[in-house]
Amino acid sequence: MTSQSNETAPTPHYREPISLRRLLRTYSMQLGILGVFLTLWMIFILSAPKTFLAPNIYTAFMISIPFFAIMAIPLTIVVIAKEIDLSFPSIMAMGMVAFSFVYNHTGFIGNANIQVFLAILGALTAGLLIGWLNGFIIVKFGIPSLVVTIGTQFFWRGAVLVLTQGANFSLSYIFKSVFYPALVGKIGAHLPMQMIWLIVITILGWVLMNRHRFGAHIYLIGDNINSAELMGVNTGRVRIQAFMLVGLISAFAGVLASFYVAYFWPSLGEGYLLSTLAAVFLGGTSVFGGTGTILGTFLGAFIIGAIEAATVAVGLTGFWTQLIYGFIIVLSVIMHTYLRKRAD
Amino acid sequence: MEICRLELKHVSKTFGEVKALEDVNFSLGQNEVVGLLGDNGAGKSTLIKILTGYHQPTSGELFFNGKKVERLTVPKVRKLGLEAVYQERALAELQTVWRNIFMGREISDRLGFLDIQKMRDETHRLMSQSMGFTSMAVSPESRVGKFSGGEKQGVAIVRALFFKADIIVLDEPTMGLSLKETAKLVSFVKDIKKAGKSAIFIDHNILHVHNVADRVVVLDRGRIAGEFMTKHIGLNDLMEKMIHVAETGKLN
Repeated sequence: MTSQSNETAPTPHYREPISLRRLLRTYSMQLGILGVFLTLWMIFILSAPKTFLAPNIYTAFMISIPFFAIMAIPLTIVVIAKEIDLSFPSIMAMGMVAFSFVYNHTGFIGNANIQVFLAILGALTAGLLIGWLNGFIIVKFGIPSLVVTIGTQFFWRGAVLVLTQGANFSLSYIFKSVFYPALVGKIGAHLPMQMIWLIVITILGWVLMNRHRFGAHIYLIGDNINSAELMGVNTGRVRIQAFMLVGLISAFAGVLASFYVAYFWPSLGEGYLLSTLAAVFLGGTSVFGGTGTILGTFLGAFIIGAIEAATVAVGLTGFWTQLIYGFIIVLSVIMHTYLRKRAD
Repeated sequence: MEICRLELKHVSKTFGEVKALEDVNFSLGQNEVVGLLGDNGAGKSTLIKILTGYHQPTSGELFFNGKKVERLTVPKVRKLGLEAVYQERALAELQTVWRNIFMGREISDRLGFLDIQKMRDETHRLMSQSMGFTSMAVSPESRVGKFSGGEKQGVAIVRALFFKADIIVLDEPTMGLSLKETAKLVSFVKDIKKAGKSAIFIDHNILHVHNVADRVVVLDRGRIAGEFMTKHIGLNDLMEKMIHVAETGKLN
């Protein structure tokens, strides 16, 4: 134990020796969820080949799944940091309230594109602020995020209802702007734009978690927040930033979901709470913090989204959907826990 | 007069009603190893957490290399050249070795993007040269949670050294170590001194402290009960004094 300088001769590049066992161990989580994904897919194809060998069902998945899958990405980050956010469905709706507020107050501009652009910025800003507030309350008062976001979830849903007086409204004006095709249009016959946005956000999330200091700090905080604090990680700021990401992306998901139907309804987002959370946990992110992958969540979202369609396609009634959801989620979580123990 | 690396003047710390430290004066010279002894609750950990910027003192002054410093934070203390190896080792057990070595100080560009290859290279070099890991079973990608107590301590110590500290604080470094690992640790502390650095060594084990320290400072119930040069006091005498302090709160 003598070396203490980091200015010695250049270090030879260290390469992890490649072996199948090492790869299996390093990527056991991702491989686990990939295995579940492929197995279920094979089962779907074998039981309903007509449906699952035709492109239409995949287009349908790519239309509906991104609305909650994009929120599952920042939610994964929050869960890796050993926190939780249950307020995102309300943020979706609150973002759209900000959207229509900005749109209605910028009529003097007289240009639909600029107006819609400003309105989108308004929605995203609202999402960021609400996320910041969540994080701020959690960090400054030291209240568990579960409790805080149950509260803010009600608060912002209530705010939406008060501000809109519970009214739905049409967003038909967005058809005139370039943002309608850019956000929820289609490339060719089968590729919806919201799928592109999901892929972009997934890649950004992956880069952030695997190649950026922010992600490194998130993993450290979720693993052992006291160690991270002792070693100089700004645990408060990083956690607040994670909640801001959930806020930002949830507001964006609200924009996408409303644009797709060109309509706003005050209960926007309510159906997404459990499927988004399920995507995160199905994807192998541990509720104990410190482990989890963006790719796992991405696959998890598609499994969740496909089960409903698949249940009907294989000839079961819709009543089976939730039972199968529950079964697959519980089974996957058991599998992840087992893989994690083996990796240790 | 020689400038002290580190000096505390009349430092007190209270947590609500509890007086954890009371009017503590403490100094650490250049190239000196000071052993800090005291029973549980004597205030050793509080003192360390003040030095490392984790706690702010309720009153009193701190000097680094003769200069008064205020409002210390963990990053600020590190810039001043003090590194701590904590009792709880401050590791994240689910993460890899390289992520632990560079915890809170990741090598990254101005935008915050990590230089993972460089961190892995450095970790690999540290592991083979400083920590004595030669087995293929462990690599910079190994998770720290798999390591033995001594190996974990090694990670924490090498981390402190890597960042070129002038003052190294070792908080209960031999806790949970095997005899062989302890011997290695003691020789390592002697290396710190040879390299011209200073260290504060905190341990329950009087034998280890007597073995490595130039000077021993005894804390009792938040106060400095006294200090000795180890060359002037034998191990047995030191032990008797410690028992006496624990019973009476006084050195003599």
